[in-house]
Amino acid sequence: MPLNKKIRELQEKREKVLLGGGEQAIEKQKAMGKRTARERIMALLDANSFNEYDLFVEHDARDFDMDKKSLPSDGVIIGSGTIYGAPVAIFAQDFTVAGGSLGLMHSRKITKIMDHALKMRMPLIGINDSGGARIQEGVNSLAGYGEIFFRNTISSGVIPQLSVILGPCAGGAVYSPALTDFVFVVDNISKMFITGPEVIKTVLGEEISMEDLGGARVHSEVTGNAHFFALSEEECFDQIKKLITFIPWNNGQKAKMLEPGEPRPEYNINKIVPEDPTLPYDVKDVIRAIVDNSDFFEIMELYAKNIVIGFGRMGGRTTGFVANQPLEMAGVLDVDSSDKAARFIRYCDAFNIPIITLVDLPGYLPGVDQEHAGVIRHGAKVLYAYSEATVPKLTVILRKAYGGGYIAMSSRHLRADFVFAWPSAEIAVMGPEGAANIIFRKEIMSSDDPEGMRKQKVEEYKTKFANPYVAASRGYVDAVIEPSETRKFLMHSIEVSQNKDVTMPQKKHGLPPF
Amino acid sequence: MIKKDKLGFLNINTTLYHTRISCKFENRKPYQPADPRIILSFIPGTVLDILVKAGQDVNKDEELMILDAMKMQNKLRCSMDGRVKSIAVKKGDKVSKGTVLLELE
Repeated sequence: MPLNKKIRELQEKREKVLLGGGEQAIEKQKAMGKRTARERIMALLDANSFNEYDLFVEHDARDFDMDKKSLPSDGVIIGSGTIYGAPVAIFAQDFTVAGGSLGLMHSRKITKIMDHALKMRMPLIGINDSGGARIQEGVNSLAGYGEIFFRNTISSGVIPQLSVILGPCAGGAVYSPALTDFVFVVDNISKMFITGPEVIKTVLGEEISMEDLGGARVHSEVTGNAHFFALSEEECFDQIKKLITFIPWNNGQKAKMLEPGEPRPEYNINKIVPEDPTLPYDVKDVIRAIVDNSDFFEIMELYAKNIVIGFGRMGGRTTGFVANQPLEMAGVLDVDSSDKAARFIRYCDAFNIPIITLVDLPGYLPGVDQEHAGVIRHGAKVLYAYSEATVPKLTVILRKAYGGGYIAMSSRHLRADFVFAWPSAEIAVMGPEGAANIIFRKEIMSSDDPEGMRKQKVEEYKTKFANPYVAASRGYVDAVIEPSETRKFLMHSIEVSQNKDVTMPQKKHGLPPF
Repeated sequence: MIKKDKLGFLNINTTLYHTRISCKFENRKPYQPADPRIILSFIPGTVLDILVKAGQDVNKDEELMILDAMKMQNKLRCSMDGRVKSIAVKKGDKVSKGTVLLELE
């Protein structure tokens, strides 16, 4: 056969497979408001950057008439490409082929690209759109999942792993995204659950829609399983691309620097925080008043809103932000916010991203539900994550830093490298009201005018202790700074922390409280 | 730059903070101590068999019911010596977690 004929043969073979599950199945996919797997990859990667592998892989299952079924590419597309020039490995499950079900060869394709990503130290993006295990392949498909979970785990903290849920992702399949760094979901398209609505109905008689059980909103607001919520696939891809610009390609590198830019003037840092410590404000405005171009990329925006996490740049360098949010639940630490913050701190530490912590919290949330939900164990995660982190840790105490909250929020005692406080800072063992009630109980009780005496003692305590100077006099705070000096101090601190080198004791691994 | 919408008060260490209150916090259930006289389903499942009748005297640890759940026949035992006041379910009922199954007196 002459070469050009052979080339034509290849082209024909390709064309046949590239159609995936065929036109009818593609139409169905579109009717659900979903793109095809290949369209998704093209939309996400730089133009013409995608190299596909294993196009001609086929299953060899025999039982249940599977030998008569041809499944193009076995229902998953794998390859590598670039996003803004950054190399990424990618797989996308093709729902048009047997519902994207996972059989042995399907899983082998996924693990092949995972191995590749780990070996080449590049980010891995997985697009999930699958009905679940291919039942006809029995225990082989379970083996496939297991091999994926194992690789997710050993790659964790070495290469960034992103999971994009663009369809169903049910049963055991959900554990791969759960093991990865960031999970992206899209309204009305993403569905994640261990047991679906039908099973719940048969076993319990409880009726619930797929959307209410495991839709994008539920995972973004209630469960905390998802990190990024989008209204369309397009918006979701923009989020992924933006995230890729903030993170390094692997744990041996730092994120690429961008041209620095000043914060926008409308964020006037002197005017954001009210003087009265019981009044709220949006701490994201403080972050925007500090970061390059006021560009703050928030993560888990809808979950545990009393703590804010995300990325920004300081002088062109990627920086992770953790900030109490007085606007929501007074910015308290509780079970959910502790979990959210701790995981993000560990992410930054794993990938060489300095952490800036903005502190303004009254303490931990009181309540039976919190105590019984294990706020001790969950709250301890924050202490653990900050203590363990060896990346540059910078802290700015904006206003309240009371009690255990003060210690937990990247205090000097957990080895913050630089601790700054605004003149409005109140660093104390507890709020003035609570403290005065305890310390001056006798005086208040024995007074002819207990309420008047209480007020007087609260004022006394406020003047003496509700300020940054007691902590500064002990060196727990390195500098008391004007709000307008914040960016300058932080930029300098990050600059001088570039070669930070801390050696921790040798161990196999620590035992964080999870 | 914040919208002054739906702000409430949260009491932390006797100080009232002006802030948004989360749905989760507003909808939290008030704590109720466990009552040994009320037998609840500890897991969602199906009532497979009821081994006692209303009015019957029962002893602590006696088997009251079998609840089929997670492919296991779970035995529900009596929490105290007493008498069965009422049985709230019948054989074959599907129950969710925390459903009252039986009351003792």
